[in-house]
Amino acid sequence: MIATPPAHVQEHSTHEHPAHLRHHFASVEQQRESASFGMWLFLLTEIMFFGGMFAAYLIYRNWYYPAFVVGSHQLSIFLGTFNTAVLICSSFTMAMGVYSAEMKRRKALIGWLLATIFLGLVFLGVKADEYHEKWEKHHVPGLNFSTQDFTHPTDKEPPLPADMAAKTQVYFSLYFAMTGMHALHMVIGISILVILVVQAWAGAYTQGHMTTIENFGLYWHFVDIVWIFLFPLLYLISRHQ
Amino acid sequence: MSTHSEELNSEPTHHEHHVVGPKVYLVIFGTLLMFTAITVAASYMELYVFNAIVALAIACIKAVLVILFFMHIKYSSRLTKLTVAAGFFTFFVLITMTMTDYISRAWGLW
Repeated sequence: MIATPPAHVQEHSTHEHPAHLRHHFASVEQQRESASFGMWLFLLTEIMFFGGMFAAYLIYRNWYYPAFVVGSHQLSIFLGTFNTAVLICSSFTMAMGVYSAEMKRRKALIGWLLATIFLGLVFLGVKADEYHEKWEKHHVPGLNFSTQDFTHPTDKEPPLPADMAAKTQVYFSLYFAMTGMHALHMVIGISILVILVVQAWAGAYTQGHMTTIENFGLYWHFVDIVWIFLFPLLYLISRHQ
Repeated sequence: MSTHSEELNSEPTHHEHHVVGPKVYLVIFGTLLMFTAITVAASYMELYVFNAIVALAIACIKAVLVILFFMHIKYSSRLTKLTVAAGFFTFFVLITMTMTDYISRAWGLW
């Protein structure tokens, strides 16, 4: 008793297509387009997720303006700029990774992905150092906070009245929420990158099918864009005062 | 079969796949670093209300460069372009409607 092969197996005898083309897609191009579309829909939810925090930041900055000014002066502009450059470099290495996959160069792809991991780790290391400094200066709302630096400043900052000095906690809460969520995205991104390197090692993305690399690239660049806005809002816009 | 592929070609999701090369990436990379330097320098200048505007304008330019070239939107299909535009439009609505509310709450009371 010989069972009739399923329709899609029968079809294989009549047409040829790349092994990675799923049968519910008409062409490789359509499959690629669908994957990219789906990834962008996910990124739209991410835009709204970070957008809510950006909106909160704008409103509270208008309400407690003096507290936000002195709060932002506590951040190191050098470390912020350094980390911005590191992230832009990592976006470049990721873009080159996508290009290498496109060109089917396995070693180059692995190299660029490893460079991206390295730069991501440098960013997180600098961020951890900044967080540690906040802890030592008692600038962590809810856990370790003192308004001493703002009511009785030791530098050239104007002293704030006690009620406004207390509002610096709003600034630091938003600072930790926004950079923390951004850092979490980096941690997730680096974890996925490690998996991608292992799979790329086995030649998974250099045989024509590289949707995973492309979509991960979109994610990594998105995280870069979030930082492109966090950097001026948290570090820069009150620097001149 | 030919009518089938013609149908696909006329869809808004159809586009020729475009490989973006290292030259474009390098130029964009350099431009992004340059804008980073400019925005840091501008933040030390006393521009009053324009400090925030300049900083955000430069951030927007950088974001658009990343989206167009690193994320390949310049070379994408109309469907993908529309999707991205819809996302940023919704974000724009979020910010403007919220700020409109906060600005007009105490309208005439100051």
